[in-house]
Formats: sequence, C-alpha cells, structure tokens
Amino acid sequence: MTAVRHAEDPILVAEGVHRHFGGVTAVDVERIEVPRGQITALIGPNGAGKTTLFNCLTGFDAADAGTWTFDGRAMAGLVRHKVARAGMVRTFQLTRVLGKLTVMENMLLGAAQPGEKFSRALVKPWWKAARESEIQHAEELLVRFKLDAKRDDYAASLSGGQRKLLEMARALMARPRLLMLDEPMAGVNPALVQSLLDHIAELPSQGVSVVFVEHDMHVVKTIADWVVVMAEGKVVAEGEPGPTLANPAVIDAYLGAHHDVDLRAIIREREGSAS
Amino acid sequence: MMGNGPHLEVVDLVAGYLPGIDILRGCSITADDRELVGIIGPNGAGKSTLLKAIFGLVPVRSGSVLLSGKEVANQQADRLVAQGMAFVPQSDNVFAPLTVRENLQLGTHLNRSLFDQRLQKVEAMLPELTEMLGARAGALSGGQRQLVAMGRALMSEPSVLLLDEPSAGLSPARQDEAFLRIREIRTAGVCVVIVEQNARRCLQICDRAYVLDQGRDAYHGTGEDLIHDPKVVELYLGDLGASEDGAA
Repeated sequence: MTAVRHAEDPILVAEGVHRHFGGVTAVDVERIEVPRGQITALIGPNGAGKTTLFNCLTGFDAADAGTWTFDGRAMAGLVRHKVARAGMVRTFQLTRVLGKLTVMENMLLGAAQPGEKFSRALVKPWWKAARESEIQHAEELLVRFKLDAKRDDYAASLSGGQRKLLEMARALMARPRLLMLDEPMAGVNPALVQSLLDHIAELPSQGVSVVFVEHDMHVVKTIADWVVVMAEGKVVAEGEPGPTLANPAVIDAYLGAHHDVDLRAIIREREGSAS
Repeated sequence: MMGNGPHLEVVDLVAGYLPGIDILRGCSITADDRELVGIIGPNGAGKSTLLKAIFGLVPVRSGSVLLSGKEVANQQADRLVAQGMAFVPQSDNVFAPLTVRENLQLGTHLNRSLFDQRLQKVEAMLPELTEMLGARAGALSGGQRQLVAMGRALMSEPSVLLLDEPSAGLSPARQDEAFLRIREIRTAGVCVVIVEQNARRCLQICDRAYVLDQGRDAYHGTGEDLIHDPKVVELYLGDLGASEDGAA
C-alpha cells in the first residue's frame, strides 16, 4: 500500500471521543479510523489512553462524549454484549477467563449461541449440528493456541500466559469482523509468539480486521499494516510501521533511546566505570 | 549474610495448588547477593509458581527454601518480609481503592517510623512515583501500577527481591528503564530473581538464568551462554531471540 492516508472504507470510525476521570483526561481523540481488512497497531506510552479508548468503543466504559460507527452502524452507547454481537470482540490486558469452567466450556461461551433463541433451544436437532461444528471450531483453535492438552482442565489451573491464549482463542469463537486485542503477546513465551503472529496475520484474509495494543515492537513490525500512536489521550501520529516507528517524536516519547541497543553494552559501560 | 552458601537456595522444590497435582517437580535454583538471576521458560512451566512457592504463597510439598542457609519453606509471607524478602506479583499487585502513598505505606507496615526516609530513597529510584502519590491506584494505567508495586516492594528494603514479569505492560522505553533499574537494584547489593517473558532483554541484564520446563530447571547458565545455546533457542527463544540478538 502506498501512502494513502486511510483506506477508503474504514471498518471503524470514531470522532470526538472524550473520557476523563476526575480532573484527568484519559482520552481526547479527535478522529481515529481502523482500516478494513488490515491489521492496525495502537501504540503509545503507559497511560496514553489506549485501553480506555478500547473500553469506550466496546461499551465497557462510558465515553463522556463522542460518536463512532462500526461498519456504518452507530455504536455509541451500545451495551457491551450488543457490541460483541455486532461483530466487535475484544480481549483484555488482564485476562478474564471463567476459572470454574473448563477450557472447552470457556471456548463454547465465546461462540454464537443458536440455543439462545428459546424456540430453537427446545428442539435439539435444530441446534445440535451447530453445536458440533462449534466444538470442532473450538478444537481447531485450541490446537493452534497449544491448549488442546488442557481441553478439559479448569481454566483456573492455567498459567497467566495460557489464560491469555485462551482469551484470544475464545474471542475468535465469536467469529468477529473486528478483533480488538489488548496486549495479546504480553506474557506469551517467544517461541509461541511466532505461531500466533502467523495466525493473526491470516485473519484479514478470512474477513477479520484486527486492531491491537502492543508494546513489543517486533510484533508490531511483523504483522501491522498501519500504526496509530497515542500520547496523553490524543492520536499524535499514524502511518505505515516503518516510517512511523522511525519518527523521532515517536522514538523520543515512546520507544526510548535504548530501543535498538543491546542492554549489555549499557550495563558494561555503567558498571565497568563504577568498579 | 550468614553461612557460606548462596543467599537464596531452592533445592528440589515440589509444589502445587491442588492436591495430587504438582506444578513444580523438583526445581533447584540459587541466587546470591548482588546477583540478578532470570527465570525463563514456556507458558505453564511453573515460573510464577516458583516465585510464589519461595514466598510461601503456594504449599511446598517437599524440598527446601533456604534463606542465608536457614529453612524458610512454607513460612508465611509476613514472616518472610520481616526476614528481608519481597515479592511483586504479575497482576493484581496494587490495592486499587488506596492511594499510591497508602500503597507505599504498606511496604513499611512492619516499621512505620521508617516511611519518610524510605520514601525518599524509593522516589530517588522511581522518580515517576512522586507525582502519582495522591492518585488512587485503581485509576492508574497497567504500567503505572507496575511501578507502584515495585515501589512498595522496595519500601521494605529487601535483601531478596522476587519480581514476576516486571516488564509486562510497559512501553518499550519504560521496559528498558525498568530493566536497567532492576540491574541497579542488584548492583546496590540486593539478590534479585526475575521471571520474564521478554527473554532477550532478560538474558541481557541477568548474571545467570534458568530455563524452566515442566516444573524443573532444564537449563542453567550465564545470560551470555543461554542466548547462544542452540537448545535453548530452539525450545524457548525461537527465531525471535536468535535473529534479534544477531542483529544487536
């Protein structure tokens, strides 16, 4: 893609989104667009408002002002389960899995539930086939996320990193059109990161647009088509990953002076001169 | 330090949460004063459980946790704090309804008269805390909470500091600052054990590291050795660690 500022047909457009906590302005976004069929990274310093923006857009928090449309549909003020049902599904930085359900039960909760309609729930053949296909879908995802051996274990028995994986897999069960991941790779071991990245990179071809918050620049460079940088609640830069991450303002505010330096050299210098 | 052994010595530790299910299955590590020891490994290897077991939060079924040669396995956390141990968990590591100042006060809970003096030292190490002191911890971002949790641990002036993923949720600039700060804490004389997923950075700052796999210490060496160990790269670091280290 060349330097078109945005795709002509963004899947999510938000304008004038404002959220403050007491005297602190957490989010003050004039306009943000998430391109359709692409992977967008949302980066920025701690406290920039990235998670709060996610929370507002998905109905987990109430914005003080602002409008946003998902696939042309106005979403502001919609409650969270309706946001999810509309096709915008998110995960959390601090995982939320249901500990007293098994891994498979957690997965099936994420699925679109044909049995939720009362009339259909009464007649097993009307939902049995759908249920079986969801179970199959869940099993495929569990293999992909290396959780298949844990299928029947309680989610509470998973480690922090494994819960992260379960949450991402469960979000995919809902067959979202926009998947919103909050620090998906934090706490996931590096050997597994690569295979998850491959999986996320394939999602746009399956009709899933992705927007994710992430601090690992290797992840951002590997899969993002578009990068949006936030600081102090505002969007301060956006563009393709290469130029955006090379922008001196972004390096200064976010990446830091050492971001491509081996820390061993710094330590040697400091401690060598001290002793 | 008393005795001749290392300050912290964990021997053949077996521990787990549920009866009959061991997460740690014979795990041994050592860490000494002025030493930074890293623990890396796949998800579910037992890294967090190891720190929790050392800190008395997970029942130890067999094996030893020796602090300056003295057995402290299964002692309660408050007694371990009194003996110089501090632990920063991976999540839920601040008291959300309390202010940052109140969170830090909990760090000198055992001797409150030390608060002002310790606060000065901790603010010198973590200057960002100063402007947060009046804020409610629950209103802080994930990365800011990490700082508060680290500050609270340092308030007790520990001789052994256990950190579970101190870089999680931090921006790259803040991560590097955090890693270099942890290195400074070690150089000030503290025995530091960190569990990290940012393995490349972890191995860069550590004196020694252990790779945990299925509840056991599978590999062990200096950070330098492990970065280049083909088995460790294959099993754990993946090509991510190798390529970026080669580029550095």
